[in-house]
Amino acid sequence: MRYLPLTEADRRLMLARIGVAAVDDLFADVPAEARLPGPLPDLPGHQAEFDVERMIGELAAKNVSAGACPSFLGAGAYRHHVPASVDQLLLRGEFLTSYTPYQPEVSQGTLQALFEFQTQVALLTGMEVANASLYDGATACAEAVMMANRVTGRRKALVSGGLHPHYREVVETMARATGFAVDVVQADPFQPGRLQVEALIGRVDAETSCVVVQNPNFFGRLRDFSPLAEACQAQGALLVVVVTEVVSLGLVRPPGEMGADIVVAEGQSIGNALGFGGPHVGLFACKQQYLRQMPGRLCGQTVDAEGRRGFVLTLSTREQHIRREKATSNICTNSGLCALAFSIHLSLLGEEGFSQLAEYNHAQAVWFAEMIGQVPGCRVINDSFFNEFTVELPMAAAELVEKMAEFPILAGVPVSRLYPDRPDLDNLLLVAVTELNRIEEMEVLIELLRRWL
Amino acid sequence: MNPQGRPTRPAGVAGASEPLRLAEPLIFEQGQAGRRGVDLPAAPDYQERLGGLRRQGGIGLPGLSEPQVVRHYTRLSQMNFSIDGQFYPLGSCTMKHNPRLNEKLARLPGLADLHPLQPLSTVQGALALIDQLAFWLKTLTGMPAVAMSQAAGAHGEFCGMAVIKAALKARGETRTKVLAPESAHGTNPATAAALGFTVETLPANAQGRVDLEVFKAKLGPDVAAIMLTNPNTCGLFERDMIAIAEAVHAAGAYFYCDGANFNAIVGRVRPADLGIDAMHINLHKTFSTPHGGGGPGAGPVVLSEELARFAPLPWVVREGEGFRLVEHKQGEGAESIGRLKGFHGQMGMFVRALAYMLSHGADGLWQVSTDAVLNANYLLASLKDVMSAPFAGPCMHEALFDDRFLKDTGVSTLDLAKALLDEGFHPPTMYFPLVVHGALLIEPTETESRETLDRFIAVLRRFAEQAQAGEVEGFHDAPRHTPLRRLDETQAARKPVLRWTPP
Repeated sequence: MRYLPLTEADRRLMLARIGVAAVDDLFADVPAEARLPGPLPDLPGHQAEFDVERMIGELAAKNVSAGACPSFLGAGAYRHHVPASVDQLLLRGEFLTSYTPYQPEVSQGTLQALFEFQTQVALLTGMEVANASLYDGATACAEAVMMANRVTGRRKALVSGGLHPHYREVVETMARATGFAVDVVQADPFQPGRLQVEALIGRVDAETSCVVVQNPNFFGRLRDFSPLAEACQAQGALLVVVVTEVVSLGLVRPPGEMGADIVVAEGQSIGNALGFGGPHVGLFACKQQYLRQMPGRLCGQTVDAEGRRGFVLTLSTREQHIRREKATSNICTNSGLCALAFSIHLSLLGEEGFSQLAEYNHAQAVWFAEMIGQVPGCRVINDSFFNEFTVELPMAAAELVEKMAEFPILAGVPVSRLYPDRPDLDNLLLVAVTELNRIEEMEVLIELLRRWL
Repeated sequence: MNPQGRPTRPAGVAGASEPLRLAEPLIFEQGQAGRRGVDLPAAPDYQERLGGLRRQGGIGLPGLSEPQVVRHYTRLSQMNFSIDGQFYPLGSCTMKHNPRLNEKLARLPGLADLHPLQPLSTVQGALALIDQLAFWLKTLTGMPAVAMSQAAGAHGEFCGMAVIKAALKARGETRTKVLAPESAHGTNPATAAALGFTVETLPANAQGRVDLEVFKAKLGPDVAAIMLTNPNTCGLFERDMIAIAEAVHAAGAYFYCDGANFNAIVGRVRPADLGIDAMHINLHKTFSTPHGGGGPGAGPVVLSEELARFAPLPWVVREGEGFRLVEHKQGEGAESIGRLKGFHGQMGMFVRALAYMLSHGADGLWQVSTDAVLNANYLLASLKDVMSAPFAGPCMHEALFDDRFLKDTGVSTLDLAKALLDEGFHPPTMYFPLVVHGALLIEPTETESRETLDRFIAVLRRFAEQAQAGEVEGFHDAPRHTPLRRLDETQAARKPVLRWTPP
């Protein structure tokens, strides 16, 4: 076995020093009836590297990868270009194969990168502090709601109909499991943004711990949440703003400037592959005053014994390994390597590159939306958007998507995939465009729409 | 100062004349306006559709070229210890070799470049891969079902305990108490408490295990579940596991097993044969997906037949020759606890874990647990005369020592750990589990050679002898040869500085 260095001679010598005759003697504490007589017969034996490569390669070959055809899927996961140097750096064993930086003297690489990551997240979101990341955007959203419950001492979250359904469902799962209330406003993609904000304002009351909104929302629409922030403040509730397409923050006014108390985002778009949905990276930022109620790991600056600047994991008195049943959260991992990928990619982009990337995404989407809007029977329902918008079709979107997939073109996400019990949304298609979509691809899609609709 | 008014190099950071000190300025201290590391086409003219929400003013990100970014992160990486570079025997963390084949396969475009909401007809290979991994996990544990979406061990614990809570509710019962040993990982009580259970601690007996009689006395109609790690965090197998399971079930409660230490028994013992109802598996421990400096991980949870219908969404279901997903809490998914994560789980980790399993096969996994246990016992046998082991062996995959051997020497567990850094070893887990004083928990894993173990043993023996001989000055100011010396954690917590701010 190529991963196991012990030889038979080693094993004999080691058993002799231990003072037992056979390895089985070391398993004597396992009840005899639970000890298997030998390797499990239902599983194959070990295999050469090239055989494993072939087997998994065959599974990969059965998929249509998003890069192999025109792809317009978004809905919380976006296909952006990741510079080659990002992955080359991630593959450095010192990053890839290190553990959580509990020994800071030999973990400054990971720790400094996390400190820089926290700074980047705070800058992008317009917030004061950020943590070292959570599992993904959806879990970060649920953690934000539970943090708001702790801060306010209340147990009812008001959730916008514009929140990504997966995010809403994770909040609802946590609510059922841990015992708090969720007031969900029904999704209405046709309602103008201003009215949606007003409807939310009307439902904030003295029992509301937080209001959860998304910008751009699930249907792509952008809104100013400043009036909602004021309403929240008046009622003592927190405003949680979710961003599922983090590239938008290069062009769109950040949640911090709208008065958000907590901002959570999915960071996949920067540095990370689509990966069939994971692993991704949850960004989490808040106002300084709520720092000690924050979930997840935090990296802080300090000095070493010689007075040199260095970094450590800090405020761990919030965490489970110290607090046990009194911890703010049971979380004991971040999404370290994905956060590092995010940070490296953002460092490469820099201020100019990040703004330009966002601008280019938006410009492409504007062009595409105009073209789709000219196809008879198609209507773009958004009054505003960043790089994703909702198209109303004269047929069921899922049906069109299936038909296009045979081409193959990945035409977008049918809203019905996430709202199976809302037949009124069946004809809605979410279409996303990034820097990777070429004009010719968009023209092919438009040509097919003209032909088939 | 650079033109943006930022100091180019803050006081206290070494310059290029000290390359081996490896100090590196923050990325924010290296930026220059006009530099970038990515080229992009200029945006064509367009009519803005942002609803009047265009960002005003800059973000504050530094500008660097690609070579500067590559050097920055390369230099940062060189400040880290890692499995690739050092022996890293962190107890309960299973720091085994991370095969590079797995990295290569996780990056295949047919797996990495898949959107999670593509039509199912275009992702049949991905669903088949998840199903195959599920088959291996079920076969290795002997359990009939597995929930795949959880992103980490603690997330898996939450899943398992939420499923148990849902099952109790479906039975029309409200049970409020969860029993957990005092040696448990902190996530166990944190998870139970998050779900609204009160946690009752089970003391360890003199053999470092759950005391069966004390445990039985605590069982009652108010107990929802026991959360038990096996092998436990003292590195010992819970001999009474089957009797514990029988008592738990007789009391109408559930048996949640923390599978963090599955590496000790993988391929040799099926947890189903021990009577468990649910167990999470850390793919980043037993199945070698990289720890990545703290994640991402993956925490699938195997479940009994009775608990399976409460598993979180989505589920991969085989149908004829193909696969489909149950994504919604309706129809066959109606009783599910719901969704715990966006999309379908940690696919990138699934690929790596499956590659690991296929590479080893049943015979290789048998050898994995064999060698992991052999290596730990070799350490225990080679050190117990000069260090102090609180419990009699044999141990499983990790060897536990306490600090009695350091008594009255003036050297602490922490000092010893820091001195190991200067010898080029990552220290073992310190001060955990809490059941012994000044714990050192050493988990070598099966991917370390005897030569490495012998070097480590020689250093620890020397340290123990030096401490006992009063040669202690070297311990207190260790480490001396690391990029930084001991860090002031008190200052970090008292005046938190969690981000760079422009000077």
